[in-house]
Amino acid sequence: MRISLTVNGTAHQDDVEPRQLLVYYLRETLGLTGTNVGCDTSTCGACTVLVDGRSVKSCTMLAVQADGRDVATIEGMAKNGELHALQQAFHEHHGLQCGYCTPGMIMAADSLIREHPEGLDEQGVRMGLEGNLCRCTGYQNIVTAVLAAAEAMNGRAPAAAPAGGEA
Amino acid sequence: MAVAAKYVGTSVPRKEDPELLTGQAKYTDDFVVPGMLHMIVVRSPFAHARIGSVDVSKALAMDGVVAAFSGEDLAGDWAGPLLMAWAVTDDIHNPPHWPLTKDKARYQGDGVAVVVAESRAAATDGAEAVDVEYQALDAVVDMDAALADGAPLVHEDFGTNASYTWTLTNGEVDKVFAEAPVVVKERYVIQRAIPNAIEPRAILVQPNTAMGDFTMWSATQIPHIVKVAMTLGLGISESKLRVIAPRVGGGFGAKLQVYAEEMLALALAKRLGRPIKWVEERSENYLASHHGRDQIQEVELAADADGRIHGYRMKILANMGGYLMIITPGTPLLGAFLYCGCYGGEAYHFECTGVFTNTTPTDAYRGAGRPEATYAIERAIDALGRRVGKDAIAIRRLNFIPAFNEPTPMPGGLMLDSGDYDATLDQALELIGYDDLRAEQQARRERGDPKQLGIGFSTYLEMCGLAPSRVLSALKYAAGGWDAATIRLSPTGKVTVVVGTSPHGQGHATTFSQIAADDLGISVDDIEVVHGDTMLAPLGMDTYGSRSLAIGGVAVHRAAEKLVAKAKKIAAHELEVAEEDLDYEGGTFSVKGAPDKARTVAALAFSAWTAHNLPDGMEPGFEETAVYDPANFVFPYGAHICAVEVDTETGEVKVAKYVAVDDVGLVINPQIVEGQVVGGVIQGIAEALLEEAVYDENGQLLSSSMTNYEIPAASDVPSITIGRGPGLPSNSNELGVKGVGETGTIASPPAVLNAVIDALSVYGITDIGRPVTPERVWRAIRDAKGGAQ
Repeated sequence: MRISLTVNGTAHQDDVEPRQLLVYYLRETLGLTGTNVGCDTSTCGACTVLVDGRSVKSCTMLAVQADGRDVATIEGMAKNGELHALQQAFHEHHGLQCGYCTPGMIMAADSLIREHPEGLDEQGVRMGLEGNLCRCTGYQNIVTAVLAAAEAMNGRAPAAAPAGGEA
Repeated sequence: MAVAAKYVGTSVPRKEDPELLTGQAKYTDDFVVPGMLHMIVVRSPFAHARIGSVDVSKALAMDGVVAAFSGEDLAGDWAGPLLMAWAVTDDIHNPPHWPLTKDKARYQGDGVAVVVAESRAAATDGAEAVDVEYQALDAVVDMDAALADGAPLVHEDFGTNASYTWTLTNGEVDKVFAEAPVVVKERYVIQRAIPNAIEPRAILVQPNTAMGDFTMWSATQIPHIVKVAMTLGLGISESKLRVIAPRVGGGFGAKLQVYAEEMLALALAKRLGRPIKWVEERSENYLASHHGRDQIQEVELAADADGRIHGYRMKILANMGGYLMIITPGTPLLGAFLYCGCYGGEAYHFECTGVFTNTTPTDAYRGAGRPEATYAIERAIDALGRRVGKDAIAIRRLNFIPAFNEPTPMPGGLMLDSGDYDATLDQALELIGYDDLRAEQQARRERGDPKQLGIGFSTYLEMCGLAPSRVLSALKYAAGGWDAATIRLSPTGKVTVVVGTSPHGQGHATTFSQIAADDLGISVDDIEVVHGDTMLAPLGMDTYGSRSLAIGGVAVHRAAEKLVAKAKKIAAHELEVAEEDLDYEGGTFSVKGAPDKARTVAALAFSAWTAHNLPDGMEPGFEETAVYDPANFVFPYGAHICAVEVDTETGEVKVAKYVAVDDVGLVINPQIVEGQVVGGVIQGIAEALLEEAVYDENGQLLSSSMTNYEIPAASDVPSITIGRGPGLPSNSNELGVKGVGETGTIASPPAVLNAVIDALSVYGITDIGRPVTPERVWRAIRDAKGGAQ
């Protein structure tokens, strides 16, 4: 089947098998391997991308369902050589170790932050990211990074880090 | 450090991050080569079954399928079985373990055939079409049942399901126990865990048939060891094989392994002359990547009436699963010396029996043997405290080995490096606000609050930095424990650090850059760290057992020191002074009393490259290699305190507060160290509260996917507070570093369990199984109240 869609601002037209999942279209047809696959049950969230601005696990969606849609992946987040606020915050707050869950985590967080212009607290971030699993960080620095990025994206000063931290 | 530290001790932002944050990092599955075939393994659905015929003809007839083989078909391809590197006793039962089984399936997921095709979908369809005749046999899952007379035998040739019994005895154990006024006896079950790195395993093998060369990319922690194992398994010369661990998405021990799929992919690339790719599905990961833990522990402490411990007696059953993999039998022994924790005493006995069952093989999982040891002693010391009427703090302080800063013996027989166990406990008590917590607990008890508070301790001691090669030899491990680093300065003063460790999230590039930068007086930004490639880094023993800094980091430091020594000779020659007339600081040699006469290391690297004016007899070039074999382990320790809120009506347990104080010696990068601590603690809390691999009586894995094996999400776990304790340098190495990768999973489970038991002590409850699910808590309360209501 022929599909037309926009990925990271670039228009694409491709013939895809009806059974092909969006994640494999991105990875294998477009070569966008930043989006990772971590499970076969749509549990881990490593494959999270944005479709029309909302986070979607790209293993739960067929490529044909993305016809006519606007898809964003981790490769499109940095602009003109400048990291996105979330990428910068993950770097500064050590919100990643092995990095495998990171692209999905950042895409999910981007959607979460934009769904909450009023701001987020620690619990809001923890609940909002419960569909994305990380085995390395224990989440604490991810939460800190997302809170910092939320403030930056909403033009506010950073809020307090989560309870805890180093004494 | 020999020179002033500019970077060491500071949180240099990770050099690894940019490619990981932007999706440019290449993990194994991201590599594509022309002509690549896809491999799928056909796995036994039965935990125990005799294999009859394996018919691949239907698969071969399918579109896109290129080849398909049974275990029998490939039997002639192997020069040896899968590597088992730790025959812990002379009389161990060590069954041959072939990449595809030929006679019997011994666990659900045991490979019986393999299919390769032009696409992954075609290979999957082909695998469905392989016809295997299984004769199902009775399975044995439970260790006690496996050791009973008449049990089904996993390996009939041995006549038993016991693989080995390994013992360690120090002192007059029987006498101490016979004379002790107090003997505490406990039984604990450590449930099986599934490591679950978020990146599944993946392999790509590219052959060069004309030259007989092979390149293997593998999502592994151990490219160097895999290379040796492939040589032994396939008879390919080591000089014809390059193994690369590219970016690796977490390991947690599950990628410290040599797997059947690595052997298969290489064998098929050799047979077919085409590149072979295999990517694990998560459901396969649950069946066919190794599991961890799974012990039954009988724990005895002998003490005087006050609670001072004199003797330890431990009898462990360790579930091996269906086969022995690389260090399956040795994994429980990594904790063998630590069942005394940080406490004193005169007598120590440890005995471990490895048991075959029809389950996925076990092997190292973050902590590997040491979480099990820590669980036993930290639970048992609370039991001893209850027995002699001392609280969790008093019983620990009574038994702590007093603070020390020089090699000090302990009951398990190790020589500890440095420790101040009271100091970490003091800091943890302060950070958690202990008196207020106890007051709150008392208030809730008095008003009969349905949400009861419990406080639990774990004052742990671990050993890491694996390992002195001579000690490994004494323990019958097949390889050494050294590691290597090569440092090369280019003519323009840029630095390449080549290391034999192989990270998968730990931040070696940043940490090792900091060490080299301070030693050489060069910016961390001018240093590149190369790892995980047996061609670029031929010397290495890889990454596991919290060894990379304590072994590999010291090798980096030593290689830098060798370069500084060479630079000093050139500087003395160029400045026409004796070497002893030079000062060295921050990468610059200057003449004593004439600081204007100076040379930087970078400038001297240029001199070594031009070789226009070197001292007589000196070789040109500016590159040095150090191979470091430690004389002793390193011994991180600390105090973790957990406060839980237990809902006595629903059984739900919530971690209300958690403090981790870990003394890991000299800290190179605080942010990275804290990241390791938090990640490990949360993984350990999950092991205490959520995670459990469950088999039914037929050996079917019930917790077979991420939907029913509960890996914690952000919403399931708390934020924790960290302290660093006194920061006593290790005296096992000249950097003073210890290790931090595993402290969290070693320390935290007993802190959580002890906290739950403390909360439930109002019902007289003194034990509960793990993981502490709401059901277990609810049943424990119901039973304590007198049974079903």
